[in-house]
Amino acid sequence: MAIDRAQVRHVARLARLALSEEEEERFAAQLGHVLEYVERLQAVDVAGVEPLSFAGDAAAGLPLREDEPLPCLPRDKVLAQAPEHNGEAFLVPRILE
Amino acid sequence: MPSADFEPVIGLEVHAQLLTRTKIFCGCPTRFGAPPNTQVCMVCLGLPGALPALNRAAVEMAIKAGKAFGCRIAERSIWARKNYFYPDLPKGYQISQYELPICSGGAVPVPGLGRIALERIHLEEDAGKNVHTANGSEVDLNRSGVPLIEIVGKPELRSAEDASEYLKSLRLTLIYLGINDGNLEEGSFRCDANVSVRRKGESKLGTRVELKNINSFRFVRQAIEFEIGRQVGVIEGSGKVVQETRLFDNEKGVTRSMRSKEEANDYRYFPEPDLPPLRVSKEWLQSVTIPRLPQDFADELTAAGVSQADARTIVSDPRLVDAHRRVGGDPKRAALFVVGELARAVNDKEADLDALAFDPALVREVWKLQDGGAISSTAAKEVLAELIRTGAAPQKIVERKGLSQVSDAFELEAVVDAVIARNPAEVEKYKGGKANLLGFFVGQAMKDLKGKGNPGALNALFKKKLGGF
Amino acid sequence: MKPELLPLSQAADAIASGAVSPEALLEASLARIRALDGRLHAFLRLTENEARTAAKAATQRRASGKSLGPLDGVPVALKDIFCLEGVETTCGSKILRGYAPPYDATVVRRLKQAGAVIVGKLNMDEFAMGSSTENSAFGPTRNPWDLTRTPGGSSGGSATAVAARLVPGALGTDTGGSIRQPAALVGCAGLKPTYGRVSRFGVIAFASSLDQVGPFAQDVRGVAHLLTAIAGHDPNDQTSSSRPVPDYAAGLDQGVRGLRIGVPREYFGEGLAPEVEKAVRAGIERLRAAGGEVREISLPNSPHAIATYYIVATAEASSNLARYDGVRYGHRAKASQLLEMYEKTRAEGFGAEVKRRIMLGTYVLSAGYYDAYYLRAQKVRALIRRDFDHAFASVDAIVSPTSPTTAFKLGEKMDDPLAMYLSDVYTVPANLAGLPGISVPCGFDSKGLPVGLQLIGKPFDEETLLRIAHAAEPSEHRLSPLAEGR
Repeated sequence: MAIDRAQVRHVARLARLALSEEEEERFAAQLGHVLEYVERLQAVDVAGVEPLSFAGDAAAGLPLREDEPLPCLPRDKVLAQAPEHNGEAFLVPRILE
Repeated sequence: MPSADFEPVIGLEVHAQLLTRTKIFCGCPTRFGAPPNTQVCMVCLGLPGALPALNRAAVEMAIKAGKAFGCRIAERSIWARKNYFYPDLPKGYQISQYELPICSGGAVPVPGLGRIALERIHLEEDAGKNVHTANGSEVDLNRSGVPLIEIVGKPELRSAEDASEYLKSLRLTLIYLGINDGNLEEGSFRCDANVSVRRKGESKLGTRVELKNINSFRFVRQAIEFEIGRQVGVIEGSGKVVQETRLFDNEKGVTRSMRSKEEANDYRYFPEPDLPPLRVSKEWLQSVTIPRLPQDFADELTAAGVSQADARTIVSDPRLVDAHRRVGGDPKRAALFVVGELARAVNDKEADLDALAFDPALVREVWKLQDGGAISSTAAKEVLAELIRTGAAPQKIVERKGLSQVSDAFELEAVVDAVIARNPAEVEKYKGGKANLLGFFVGQAMKDLKGKGNPGALNALFKKKLGGF
Repeated sequence: MKPELLPLSQAADAIASGAVSPEALLEASLARIRALDGRLHAFLRLTENEARTAAKAATQRRASGKSLGPLDGVPVALKDIFCLEGVETTCGSKILRGYAPPYDATVVRRLKQAGAVIVGKLNMDEFAMGSSTENSAFGPTRNPWDLTRTPGGSSGGSATAVAARLVPGALGTDTGGSIRQPAALVGCAGLKPTYGRVSRFGVIAFASSLDQVGPFAQDVRGVAHLLTAIAGHDPNDQTSSSRPVPDYAAGLDQGVRGLRIGVPREYFGEGLAPEVEKAVRAGIERLRAAGGEVREISLPNSPHAIATYYIVATAEASSNLARYDGVRYGHRAKASQLLEMYEKTRAEGFGAEVKRRIMLGTYVLSAGYYDAYYLRAQKVRALIRRDFDHAFASVDAIVSPTSPTTAFKLGEKMDDPLAMYLSDVYTVPANLAGLPGISVPCGFDSKGLPVGLQLIGKPFDEETLLRIAHAAEPSEHRLSPLAEGR
């Protein structure tokens, strides 16, 4: 099942990826190729089969966490890796109106 | 006002922050008002490699809400990722619940409206705060990860007023449960409204518009009323209502279309692989207790003879309910005290409901003094006011203020005899049929007693001596 | 043999016996890294100072008889996917260049607690997406047996470091074969534990329901020591299991007599290189000769595994990688408004394979496609799991080739992503089913390239798996000419 450039552009926008025209073209072909391959799953009989979304142990996740405060990260460490900050908050460019 | 041909259809979505000590997926504190980005860790910051660790208390609070509203509480429910990009959403997805929420069904009892059905209640995490500035935004992630329950009501409301009452009742229940503080202004209790209109008699629903940014009860009514009017106007003008999200502009009192952030949000929900399905065993479910709820209290009070209005007043504030309980004794009398003397004192700033200066049980002592005749009903009011203000023992107040009234039979009889002897003309008139002179005699006796006579006893004595009517 | 050339468990013995001190062993490893890694490019960075401090402490502990266990003083290295506090952790990507986490991954903490000496961070395919380490933003790693070939991926650096004896032990991650396949291609042992056996906290996520942390060592006993140190419940990872952790090295010598070993017929068909098949079948024969009951089994849904994997893994990845948005850490592109910032940041920061997988994953989750792709794939996944459950009713482990070919040339599969994906055909089923799997060397092809034998075990039965693997591994571990210094 092929994927056209418009679909690629739509998906790229959902994924917040800027693509060049060349990339759009190339990815459309490559993704199309992969999608053709995965089409084979349509032929599998999955009637009555429950999806396997959780892969772990039946008793995983227990006991749940108790409601006790744990140490936070100091703010200077939090902001140390930030591309832009004002000492208190992360700064981001304006949202286009 | 909307045209009478149209019927509004309203459903409310409430997001309520849970009063846990820590966030839903990490151990950072949830306390409001801390300096920006001082209550964060690798998990709620969405750092590479971080994983969510579910807080038991958040689940327990959701169970309480489910029980309070009579929901079906799922033995197994699933976490889901809601994917979208925004600066206040550090992972680029919100962990929520989608296909299998923890609670479904249920209803909110609303005085005057009956029960308004719920779709579901589910758990999710809050996003951080994005504050717009001149050249961009400042992002504070303290709030990122605070636990929320989302309570989705069915579209059974038919007016802005009803919506407001529903919201009040819902909010009050959450406060009673101790799981939310009901603060609209601070944003710990948030409400979005889904509003559509249709011609009366039509069964099909009209196009739904979602209203956001409603942060007070007054605005709830204003926003919904405006939107109803706007939609009716659109339809009557042969237009079509567009399905969209609109923001309420509380300064102008209008709703405004939100600039669409992107082509319609495709959240690409899928089950959260980092969390096992949430299991609520029968044992756990049974072990979660909920306190008495507003409706239960209201019913109890009205059954005891308290007026509906007074019952609603008391029930609207858990502290009044508590005060009423602590007064004890006759519930109707206690109710009158609470909505009377106590409410007045609170209004006059003579009492603080969060820190009463008196033990409400002492009110019963004042009643005892009054019922036994030691003080008059007027005096009783004075004693109560003083009790509320100072917390002093009622007997001491009576003594200090010299409020005890004379009820002793011999003393009273002596005064009664004196008054009769002093007023032969009036006695004649009374015996001749002027029954209302009884008041005159009692008044005279009260004068002699400097107001401290027990009027009932005096009344009875005069009747006995003069021949009662 | 020089201690720095010893397989991990023997290096540990040498430390325990006093034959070599941790400090001396470390210096020898660092010298080998200096001499050989220029050509191999297994390492992205070294943490020499911290390593020397740790080695010194280990030496002191040994001297005062307070050893922390077999790993105390043993040099190890970490795939650059593990958060190491204060040390640059890139996950093989430009988008995290310069990023230093403020915390250690749980497995890193546990290695430190066991006394292991962390030497540095290892090269990998970007965000663990790849089967050759050619997708690293920092250049590929080369196979010690032939520098014109890849070591496999995505944990190519980890496998190479061990196979070339730069360090005795390393950690990697395996989502679709990323430990087992490189182990096979470089000729060492590499284990993917049962899903949930090892904590993923602090491990940069690719596909959350498939990722597992696992050890590399030349020898199975070394793998067992590493697994014992890192396995176990972590309250920070609610997908981790609470099952107790045994000493995985304890029962290794029990042999395979009486154990039933299944050979899946679907794994020996088209696409399997003849010389690989020959070496693997010889390995299976040796197991039969050693007393294993070998029988044919069927895993009928095997042909669907790659398709299932590439839908589920990319879907989860598209979501896991959304956090790389330039807001709080990592690369940020110059932009005057937010949408542009997001799109340029991610375009500049991610390589082509990562972009492809993000888009594929976004597509299969998007409105209108979710049911046909993602939901369906998770159902097929359940069928694949069911195949294994049926098989394990009659066998104790399953044996197969690890990779359909031996190491391929750099650049050979880069033009066709699908061709690269198909090299995972024997490894992805274990990830989909959450089962433990290990690759051990079982011979060489005519070009002198290593061949790997894969064993897949029952959930949480790493003990049986390691026992069979130990019986299957070569008694002597050949070094590549490069590793020998020739």
